[in-house]
Amino acid sequence: MVAFEQCGRRYGDVAAVGSVDCAIATGSFVALVGASGSGKSTLLKMVNALVEPSAGRVLVGGEDVSARAPPQLRRRIGYVFQGIGLFPHMNVAENIAIGPRLHGEHLSAARVAELLQLVELETEMAGRMPDELSGGQRQRVGVARALANSPQLLLMDEPFGALDPITRDALGERVRALHHDLGLTTIMVTHDMAEALLLADRVLVMDAGAIVADETPAALLAGKGGKIAQSLVAVPREQAAKLAQIEKAMRA
Amino acid sequence: MSGFWEALLGLGDQLAAHVLLSASAIALGILVALPLAVWANRSPSVAKVALGFANLVQTIPALALLALFFPILLSLRAVFGEGLPTLGFLPALLALALYALLPILRNAITAQANLDPGVLEAADGVGMTSAQKLRLVEAPLSAPFIMAGIRTAAVWTIGAATLATTIGQPSLGDPIFAGLQTQNWILVLAGCAASAALALTTDALLGLIERGMLGRKPALSLGGLAIVAAGIGTALFVQFGGSKEERIVIGAKQFSEQYILARLIGSQLEKAGYAVEYRDGLGSAVVHNALTTNALDISIDYTGTIWTNQLKRTDNPGREAMYAEIVRWEAERSGALVLGRLGFENAYAFALRKDRADELGLETLEDLARAAPQLTVGGDPEFFERPEWIAVRDAYAFRFEATRNFAPTFMYNALKSGEADVISAYTSDGRIAGDNLVVLADPEEALPSYDALVMISPESAKDEALVAALQPLVGAISVEAMREANFAVDREDDAKLSPEDAATQLAERIGL
Repeated sequence: MVAFEQCGRRYGDVAAVGSVDCAIATGSFVALVGASGSGKSTLLKMVNALVEPSAGRVLVGGEDVSARAPPQLRRRIGYVFQGIGLFPHMNVAENIAIGPRLHGEHLSAARVAELLQLVELETEMAGRMPDELSGGQRQRVGVARALANSPQLLLMDEPFGALDPITRDALGERVRALHHDLGLTTIMVTHDMAEALLLADRVLVMDAGAIVADETPAALLAGKGGKIAQSLVAVPREQAAKLAQIEKAMRA
Repeated sequence: MSGFWEALLGLGDQLAAHVLLSASAIALGILVALPLAVWANRSPSVAKVALGFANLVQTIPALALLALFFPILLSLRAVFGEGLPTLGFLPALLALALYALLPILRNAITAQANLDPGVLEAADGVGMTSAQKLRLVEAPLSAPFIMAGIRTAAVWTIGAATLATTIGQPSLGDPIFAGLQTQNWILVLAGCAASAALALTTDALLGLIERGMLGRKPALSLGGLAIVAAGIGTALFVQFGGSKEERIVIGAKQFSEQYILARLIGSQLEKAGYAVEYRDGLGSAVVHNALTTNALDISIDYTGTIWTNQLKRTDNPGREAMYAEIVRWEAERSGALVLGRLGFENAYAFALRKDRADELGLETLEDLARAAPQLTVGGDPEFFERPEWIAVRDAYAFRFEATRNFAPTFMYNALKSGEADVISAYTSDGRIAGDNLVVLADPEEALPSYDALVMISPESAKDEALVAALQPLVGAISVEAMREANFAVDREDDAKLSPEDAATQLAERIGL
């Protein structure tokens, strides 16, 4: 579905992304994990041409992304990001319908209701303005907007980063289910290894602009992927261990 | 106060002209500022240049900006042909639009720069082209802030539009300037009140539109817009609704004598069956150019003024030679017709209060030169730049303690209040007798003559009936008659006359 071929991006003398080679199979759920500044967002944004590679190329569905005008490309790709970016002067329904509207298609009320259902929001939400919604509700609308053009590829850049843990968990599960039900290919950038391990079926670990590990969650938990990957896995693992200890102490 | 309401109610035409001028200037300002803001938002260097330019324009006094468009448009005639108007609506529109640019541009650029980056990323992310992004996201989100800029621009423009009077565009400045010159404060007040009320009403209506945009209540915005449109529509009807006949345009500079003589000429032409229109309060430099380019049909000018400003001469060949040379020069160079001399001079002279003159023992400019180091001399705004001043200063070796500029009307007040000891008075001025002033003799004949001339534009000079109608004025007005008429308008007691009434009285006195 997506292939990076010797992709690099420099900003002046700084290489945000080195030379990345990687292929992502149709239907997979890939997490891009790494510390801030590791280049994971930059790599993701090359897929929908929000960032232009300064070297190499990116293929989506076998086609070089630079072959088309960026707006054409982006309309086929769902994009969800931490800032959410709902249009404050449009209500929920108008926000969801914006993608189809851009190429002259009117989204029916029934389709808006269906998309709201997909993200577990009430149909009545359609008439609300973004500033009347909670953060979690807003990002649900953001996901519904990304799905309105029925994309096959969904890009998510720290999608749940600004949400509280409960909302975050529920929305993560929902996205995982949508990925499965709609047959999407999903690439998610996150700095949270636990989220990556729980949602993705393939985890790419990035450091200093390069992919340093490419493993399944099971393999990472089994200790593979090298030092940097393991240091990231260690965080949730130690947290889990400490929680287990506390529970044990309480039972004792 | 009944005079105030009467004056206010008489301002319909000026109000309509003011509304149309301001609305056009703001519309043009918006038309230029918005695309510029969009461009500036995509290129920081454009933003820098555009804002820098708009700021620079703001530092030019509005009066100067308006005046500057005269020579600019005059030189543009080389490109656009002789039909390009150099006075009146066009230069006023351009100058005011430039003035309106800054607040609109600045607010539009700031609004775009402050848009939520998340929203802009989303706009790109969902696949908007840059045109869609502008139309669907940037424009609607910036609109309330741009509207605030337009409000500021509107209030500025409506205020500054009163100055359009000085370049021959009718506006609410007409009563203000006319009142200021003839010391008719009711007229000044009426003009100010009308312009302030217009500015406040416009601000309130635009505020309504802005609130509608902010609260996403389109009904409110549309309502405000409808009232604004109705106001402009009414002004258009008042301005162009009635049938307008050809009118002879008579220009007047910014002092009482000019107002009176313009009315005298006007009534003379009306008797001959012409429709006339007055352009009052024109800048002195503007009048001659306006006449020779047919923007004015008739003006009253003075030999000394034309000698230095147009012929660029600094010598003083004497009264008759100067007049003959000017008639020849105008016929050859500008095509304007010098119909003749009215019979009086409005020359520069040095005057001071009689009690002061006696106290200091002053009778001539030679005496004045001796006393000068202890005295302050006052002059009209152009006087100390004029060659007459330089000539007389050098001839008598004047060294005054201080020189001060006053508007012509206020010079006499300055003399009364002691802010000036001696002023550059005008020989035809009624206040010389009225204020009991002494005019100092000029034994060196350093001051040139200023015969009042009737000037007719090249176009109107071809109209024989018009020329014939004005012929009786030549040589008909003595300096005493002119002084009396001027004093009647300038005095501040109950015997004060309007320029129209003074012109009627003058016509009777000289037997027209």
